Amino acid sequence: MPLKLALPKGRLQPLLSSWLGGWGLEGYEATSRSYRPSSRLHPQLQLKVFQERDIPIQVAVGNYDLGICGRDWVEELLVRYPQSPLVRVRELGFGGGGLYLASSIFSPLSSASELSGHPGPLRLVSEYPNLAEAVALRLRLRRFQVFPLWGAAEVYPPETADLVVMASASEDDLKDRGLCPLLSLLPASTCLIAYRPSWEGKDLGEVLARLPPLPKEVAVKAGVVSTAAGAAFPPGLAVLALPDGHQQPPTLELLRRAGLPGDSYSQGERRFLWEGVAVKVLRPQDMPIQVANGNLDLAITGQDWLRDHLCRFPGSPVKEYLALGFGQVKVVAVVGPQTEAVSPEELRGAFPVLRVASEYVNLADRYARDKHLGPYRIIPTWGASEAFLPEDADLLIENTQTGRTLARHGLRIIDTLLESSACLIGPREVPPEKRGRVEALVEAFRRGAGG
Amino acid sequence: MRDLLPQDMEKFRRLEGVFRDVCRRWGYGEVRTPVLEYLHLFTTAGTLTPGMLSRVYSFLDWDGWSGERVVLRPDGTIPTARLFLSEVGKDPARLFYVENVFSFEETGREARERWQCGVEFIGGPSPQGEGELVSLALEVLGRLGFSATVKLTHQGFLKALLGEVGEDLFPRLLEGEGLSTLQPSRPEMERAMPLLFGMKGTGPGYLKNLKALLLPSFPSLRESLEDFSRVAQLLSGAGIAYEIDMGNGKGFEYYTGVVFQFYIGGERVGGGGRYNNLLPLLGRKDIPAAGFALYLEPLLARMEVPLPRPSVLVVRSATPRGQGRAFALARELRASGYRVEMECSASPPHFLIEVGNAFTVAGPSGEVVRLSSLKRLLPFLEEMGAIKAGPA
Repeated sequence: MPLKLALPKGRLQPLLSSWLGGWGLEGYEATSRSYRPSSRLHPQLQLKVFQERDIPIQVAVGNYDLGICGRDWVEELLVRYPQSPLVRVRELGFGGGGLYLASSIFSPLSSASELSGHPGPLRLVSEYPNLAEAVALRLRLRRFQVFPLWGAAEVYPPETADLVVMASASEDDLKDRGLCPLLSLLPASTCLIAYRPSWEGKDLGEVLARLPPLPKEVAVKAGVVSTAAGAAFPPGLAVLALPDGHQQPPTLELLRRAGLPGDSYSQGERRFLWEGVAVKVLRPQDMPIQVANGNLDLAITGQDWLRDHLCRFPGSPVKEYLALGFGQVKVVAVVGPQTEAVSPEELRGAFPVLRVASEYVNLADRYARDKHLGPYRIIPTWGASEAFLPEDADLLIENTQTGRTLARHGLRIIDTLLESSACLIGPREVPPEKRGRVEALVEAFRRGAGG
Repeated sequence: MRDLLPQDMEKFRRLEGVFRDVCRRWGYGEVRTPVLEYLHLFTTAGTLTPGMLSRVYSFLDWDGWSGERVVLRPDGTIPTARLFLSEVGKDPARLFYVENVFSFEETGREARERWQCGVEFIGGPSPQGEGELVSLALEVLGRLGFSATVKLTHQGFLKALLGEVGEDLFPRLLEGEGLSTLQPSRPEMERAMPLLFGMKGTGPGYLKNLKALLLPSFPSLRESLEDFSRVAQLLSGAGIAYEIDMGNGKGFEYYTGVVFQFYIGGERVGGGGRYNNLLPLLGRKDIPAAGFALYLEPLLARMEVPLPRPSVLVVRSATPRGQGRAFALARELRASGYRVEMECSASPPHFLIEVGNAFTVAGPSGEVVRLSSLKRLLPFLEEMGAIKAGPA
């Protein structure tokens, strides 16, 4: 059996690729977009590239013998599933920083000891929902709500959340982002992990012996560009969320056509004020749930994410106000080259348990259920889902613009779940005191969208 | 997760029946709380340790976008206290329940659903409350044919003692860790340790000895030791034997006073205690309370399927057209108290009755008789020793 190693995409990729330079890696250069690099030094070693967050799960289920990722993601898994068969083999020295519990510097909560007596409810946002819940229980918060996030946690407090659990280079870095560190939870260094049965029974020596000497402490830049913290927004403003990432350029264009200011947004700021409007720049995935909770009055997200949210919470008080036309994608069902099925119906019974990987956990679940694909298992992913087929999943529910990326990886679309574009969403009922401003914004966006 | 088969359910119902009957005779009223409760009921009270809370099955409610979580009830006492506060209000209240509780067990080796027979005496003062609850529990176990050992400790005493030792051990103790790792800094305490945790007391005298040993140096232990003595005296006076095992602290954080546990053959089959802080934590001042639960699984494993087993009577028609008469006869026999199956049975019948012009009865020892009417059939069955089904 060849050894299998899972390598992280993203922030650690340049560091690891240079550290492992002696392995003669091909396809893992800082700019590479391959999911299956190879090593001239270890031709037998099977390598695969995943989002960092997926790696502990892939190792714990035994798909990979070894993996490299941040310790934060390892603990996020272990805190919920302490019996997971994962071994932390060694710390790799780079990464630095840590995971913190923090509040806004404008929040009345300024120490961890104040939290346990707080009547609540305290709203925690985090990319690490399991760790956030564990710290809430450990601190014995009387009443709390945990909102899982895809990112940009620092933009939420103080209006949209009371506490965040997030990774940061240092306490000072948190303070620069307008956050007040309450508790240091763990160091977020990079580590090499192993699947326990592989560690106990397989000879991993060939790989372990050829690991280069540990580098001196190398700090990894935080993923998010820090922006100077603004003061807390004054109360009573309409709160608008704009998307980060791919949707930013077309959204800027929309602002321009709608006659709305785009300067701060184009400069990468994440919190700023327009007249009578507070603006936050967030991940589109995280917007519907925040609108449902009344934390946002308007948001520009994708119809795909709205549908995913409504699949999970059909009674959620969020609705689409306006389709914006840009950001068109199709959400499709995809199989690997070895799978013969040409329609979802042909997948029935083709696998003992169908493994469905998707970023759209709720859409994928609804789809598998409606198409009677059971027994099936949903594997949540955090991007780079194409890498899962065919070894680590049988079916992918994924978005695509042109289908070219999928075709390049030898994958085949067998069904289209929905066609999606960017949209403006808001609550079913806007609070009366904000109605005027919200309506004016909707009108401006309608003009900008040419409707 | 475990299935309960017909023979398990027969034992289950018998156990439950005895428990209900005893509770009602002691003046307790039955309640049932929902399987789903809000998570914040358990976090607000601050009464389950983080370790226990991390093992509850929790998930988002239907309006889960609000982050509101619900749990499969992990415990019977806190929901009953909530029910008392929201629905009853007036103490004393004597309540009992037969409910399942759930806890996450990821190895899959242990049951994740457990059944309990629980009793809560809200407003019941010490020591009468403890006396009543221990007596009631032993009566239930006695009527089921068990002779149980009672072990006592005192949570208030353990808390005060660990306070003196100065270690933050209490949560670990609750989750079942022993006290052997305790390393007291004061020599008086170190000397007392073996006398505290190495021995088992059997009467109020033991507590008197502890008071004499400890109170001069540790006056903070007085209140709890005196409370403990009052309970021990009452139990001794009521003729109840017990063992004082100070180190047996596994239990719930909401306990404040005497904790009692019931053992059969070395296995714990139930436990309870005084929890005077729970109602104040849930928002009502100063209502003392105590309760216990018996655990159904270990008890069921020790019970036999009740005897005597009812006879199996099978009725069938001699001709297809006579089936109506066969049904009519079966109805009459059931009304007389017999277990009757139609046509076929999974177990071999004790009496096979074929309905034609007359009743042809094949009895347990192979004899076959023809009887002309029900009036003759009933005395015949009695004569042959047919056993009726009796109440469920």
